[in-house]
Amino acid sequence: MTTRTERHEDSMPTATPTRAPHVDVRTGHKPAEGRVGAGLFDPKQLLKSLPDAFRKLDPRVMVKSPVMFVVWIGSLLTTVFSFKDPGDWFGWTISAWLWLTVVFANLAEAVAEGRGKAQADTLRKAKTDTVARRLVGETEERVPGTELRIGDLVVCEAGDVIAGDGDVVEGVASVDESAITGESAPVIRESGGDRSAVTGGTKVLSDRIVIRITTKPGETFIDRMINLVEGAARQKTPNEIALNILLASLTIVFLLAVATLPPFADYAGTHLTTVVLVALLVCLIPTTIGALLSAIGIAGMDRLVQRNVLAMSGRAVEAAGDVSTLLLDKTGTITLGNRQASEFVPVSGATEAELADAAQLSSLADETPEGRSVVVLAKEKYALRERGQGELTGAEWIAFTAQTRMSGVDVDGRRIRKGAAGSVVAWVREQGGEVSEDAGALTDRISGAGGTPLLVAVEDTDGARVLGVIHLKDVVKDGMRERFDELRRMGIKTVMITGDNPLTAKAIAEEAGVDDFLAEATPEDKMALIKREQAGGKLVAMTGDGTNDAPALAQADVGVAMNTGTSAAKEAGNMVDLDSNPTKLIEIVEIGKQLLITRGALTTFSIANDVAKYFAIIPALFAAVYPGLDKLNVMRLSSPDSAILSAVIFNALIIIALVPLSLRGVQYRPVSADRMLRRNLTIYGIGGLIAPFVGLKLIDLLISLIPGIG
Amino acid sequence: MDPVLAGVLQLLALIAALALAHVPLGACMARVYSSDKHWRVEKWIYRGIGVDPDTEMRWPAYLRGVLAFSAVSVFFLYLLQRFQGHLPGSLGFKSIDPDQAFNTAASFVTNTNWQSYYGEQTMGHVVQTAGLAVQNFVSAAVGIAVAVALVRGFARSRTGELGNFWSDLVRGTVRVLLPLSVVAAIVLVACGVIQNFSGIHEVGRFMGGQQQWNGGAVASQEAIKEIGTNGGGYFNANSAHPFENPTPFTNLFEIFLLLVIPFSLTRTFGIMVGSRKQGYAILATMVTIWVGFIALMMWTEFAHHGPAPQIAGGAMEGKETRIGVGASSIFAVSTTLTSTGAVDSFHSSFTGLGGGITMLGMQLGEIAPGGTGSGLYGMLIMAVIAVFIAGLMVGRTPEYLGKKIGTREIKFAACYILITPALVLVFTAAAMALPTPAHSMTNTGAHGFSEILYAYTSAGNNNGSAFAGLNADTQWFNSTLGLAMVLGRFLPMVFVLALAGSLAEQKPVPATAGTLRTEKPLFTGLLVGAILIITGLTYFPALALGPLAEGLAS
Repeated sequence: MTTRTERHEDSMPTATPTRAPHVDVRTGHKPAEGRVGAGLFDPKQLLKSLPDAFRKLDPRVMVKSPVMFVVWIGSLLTTVFSFKDPGDWFGWTISAWLWLTVVFANLAEAVAEGRGKAQADTLRKAKTDTVARRLVGETEERVPGTELRIGDLVVCEAGDVIAGDGDVVEGVASVDESAITGESAPVIRESGGDRSAVTGGTKVLSDRIVIRITTKPGETFIDRMINLVEGAARQKTPNEIALNILLASLTIVFLLAVATLPPFADYAGTHLTTVVLVALLVCLIPTTIGALLSAIGIAGMDRLVQRNVLAMSGRAVEAAGDVSTLLLDKTGTITLGNRQASEFVPVSGATEAELADAAQLSSLADETPEGRSVVVLAKEKYALRERGQGELTGAEWIAFTAQTRMSGVDVDGRRIRKGAAGSVVAWVREQGGEVSEDAGALTDRISGAGGTPLLVAVEDTDGARVLGVIHLKDVVKDGMRERFDELRRMGIKTVMITGDNPLTAKAIAEEAGVDDFLAEATPEDKMALIKREQAGGKLVAMTGDGTNDAPALAQADVGVAMNTGTSAAKEAGNMVDLDSNPTKLIEIVEIGKQLLITRGALTTFSIANDVAKYFAIIPALFAAVYPGLDKLNVMRLSSPDSAILSAVIFNALIIIALVPLSLRGVQYRPVSADRMLRRNLTIYGIGGLIAPFVGLKLIDLLISLIPGIG
Repeated sequence: MDPVLAGVLQLLALIAALALAHVPLGACMARVYSSDKHWRVEKWIYRGIGVDPDTEMRWPAYLRGVLAFSAVSVFFLYLLQRFQGHLPGSLGFKSIDPDQAFNTAASFVTNTNWQSYYGEQTMGHVVQTAGLAVQNFVSAAVGIAVAVALVRGFARSRTGELGNFWSDLVRGTVRVLLPLSVVAAIVLVACGVIQNFSGIHEVGRFMGGQQQWNGGAVASQEAIKEIGTNGGGYFNANSAHPFENPTPFTNLFEIFLLLVIPFSLTRTFGIMVGSRKQGYAILATMVTIWVGFIALMMWTEFAHHGPAPQIAGGAMEGKETRIGVGASSIFAVSTTLTSTGAVDSFHSSFTGLGGGITMLGMQLGEIAPGGTGSGLYGMLIMAVIAVFIAGLMVGRTPEYLGKKIGTREIKFAACYILITPALVLVFTAAAMALPTPAHSMTNTGAHGFSEILYAYTSAGNNNGSAFAGLNADTQWFNSTLGLAMVLGRFLPMVFVLALAGSLAEQKPVPATAGTLRTEKPLFTGLLVGAILIITGLTYFPALALGPLAEGLAS
């Protein structure tokens, strides 16, 4: 999978935020190689982040990660003891590798943050000191963007950068929002309605608008975005805190096991040096997950940003993994935005070909998606060549108006009309024709099946008559049924929300394969549905854009607001989708799950590693006094020093080796919990038991080649 | 018959008997702790101690009940021993010294039953029956009560109420432990265990010394000693003594008794949380570890290393010939994997690795199947930890039995698993670092270290068995072991009840296809692995310097 980051030679995004490959709007599917896990990792990033990794050695930073702080103190201790005995190469080597362990941990975090920083820099450019034209009464004054207050009115004309977040209160303009969304096509912003919100840092391309400022400087959308991608606003999420507690308690347990060892060893007749004790401790405490934990969290947020989704808190990302009910808007998410012609049904006495011809003619001038779909159907099903408007000489095109609710054409003495049933019937009667008996039955049948009927009528030498009905229906996007099946296997219930009547809703729900639907949905209905699900202990996710969605967005556990939506909606939700693609909700859920899985997998791996390390270190420490313990040296490591060193080196290297995995996240497939657990337990549990035996032996072999050791 | 085959057959018979018994007993206990009717005798007790058995308690109130009752018990038992010399029916024994009285009081109230005295030479009828035997009942009932409170935490929602401690305590004693003990005592008497109030008999001189035999209410004491996973013997030789355990059948019967409640509680748990399968999963975890340990133990004890075991057909030192290597191995593993601590053979005389297995059994936290109640709650805590890690691996905030394992829950579970390793390791290290405690060792080298490690392992985990050899009746050992027992019993209970309270407040999360299935074999395997790695590894360095050093030497 390629992303912009890779396409740029310098491996860092410079122009715009990284964007995931565009989701194919028709199918909602991305290329096959894994929908989430589009993380990427360039070894060069390690080098770039090295200075940051050293900067993070500051104890005030280190103390935030309890496991790595213990390693930090351990490294300090061994270094001090090495200074006391400068000739001891073993002490120095251990100290060096312990410091490397800490640096590697910091590096993992720095690399994860580095990717966000680059995006933040891009955003900052968009935020450069703008000057606002503030309206005071009738006069304009020029003030710096940072001095704007909530409620100020600001004028923006073509070429101006909008100084702050707000709502358009006057005028219409096309706005370039690429600074935020990365999407270069301009969007329309107008006063009133659901398209009134504008974002600071975006640029007005045409016309003039007046904006009422709705956020304080420093708290604007772009400010929050910078904080988010930089990780400055990063707070530990509930699950991360819980895991940290468990890791801290394991660290204390192993600290006790190691700290109580010297009196036991003294009694046995061997003295353990501080260097050896620290080495043992560092090998036993869960450093692998301790080192990578924050990188995993940052990378999880980053994966969302790569998909142009901004999560306002890490908590929301975690909640996404727990979601058990998805509320999906029908239009745009489950079905294509517009209805399409699916068949031509002639009334008795008319032929299909006759109807198709008339339907096509009447739609040639109709540029709406519905109109185009009639032409396409006529071409595909009845092989009627699309005729250019110029080919029909003397044709008079009748445009659709809200009053007539019909469109059509007058050509070659034929008058063809197409439109809503009532209007067309009235027109035929007006022309003195008669309406076929079965026209009513046909329209009822189509309505009943969830479609929209359009009547086609003609007036020619035979008089005015209805030819038949065009069946317009909602077209469910390709692949949606499979997607919903997957969600069901993951244990997620899908509910389709639509304003349609229950009959139509049911038909579409069945076709799309959703579990449930809410028809003729009002904002209150939505709210009630969310509350009902939550009362049953379920976590609910939904998307929304309108102001009347705001309460439901706030109530939902995961509320994704569309960037095209109103500022009220964006305020209420805990995520914003910059692409305004409602299908993305499914990916958000997957990213949330992947984040948790990565944490669990690496924790399992980290703990399972301890077994092999014990088998390396315990015989190394005590075989001299109790020769029987050499039987535990199953790896036949070459010498006690080499065994301990191998364990410490393995412990450090495994962190670096797992950085790509922690940034990318472990592979995720939508399968049942059972299969997922079996798979991850095999790879990270059993693998975590075995891998260090192999790794330790290899490192030991290399060390034993160094002359003077082993 | 080949002794190995005999051992295996006894194990199979034991498993069959437990499988049969756990179904009705588990169901019965579920009814006992869910019923809202009081027996008349129970009402008298409630009136006598002045409590309302129907008030629902939140976790702090429940904990206060546990702690207050236990504190009063320790105090009463301490005074009883201190004034033994002035009490009638004391067989002329004098009052107990303060340090030993504290140690013994702590020991019996915490269900540990560590004995730093010789029962038949120290305790008269009054202390044995009014003091020690009573605690044998109520300390076991307290354990079950706390376990039931935790189970209610999983079973209940949106309340935070965990039941009534006094009612759980009294019902456990009156409806479960007493009837079982009566039946068991009758069986034991029928098989030759003594039951009388006769005094001390001089029975001539064997091996140059003067020999005395005590009479006593041994069978009744023996029954609750095993059923309540107490383990404090009437005699110093404990179940190796022919008055306590005369035949191979009584031996097997005693093993059955000490396992029956802990195993049955898994069924109680399954019924109370509304899914027997969940109970089976916990049961399977316990059985896997228990059978695995027995297999290991038989393997090391039947291995013919050295001339003596070769002649005897196994490591017979310290084992009774009437019981044999196989049954002794089963007893040793069962008593250390529960919090019983009764012994029918001397763990110190087992092979080096065999001694290590008894220690590891206790160090796992005594959860397979563990003590009465304490085994279930200990295992559920480990299940919470395993669920947390495994739950993450299926991509959800971990849940167990429909309850989320969040920050609060993991905090309590993490504190729980810290306590016993801290007590065992810190006290052992202190004993090894100070000059005098080591004087109590009988052996030198690794075996000497094992004696002390075993003592604190046994006390911290409330087991009560001793490795033999260590002279534990010193001020140091009486005080520190007493402290380890008290802290090792009640600190974990604080976190268990806090966890229970937190779970009971939650609303349940409905299970979906995305939920981790904790009733499946896969989870059982994971739980066994987590227990062995997380708790087992903590003690690996210490074990290496004791039993492993000894056992791998040959």
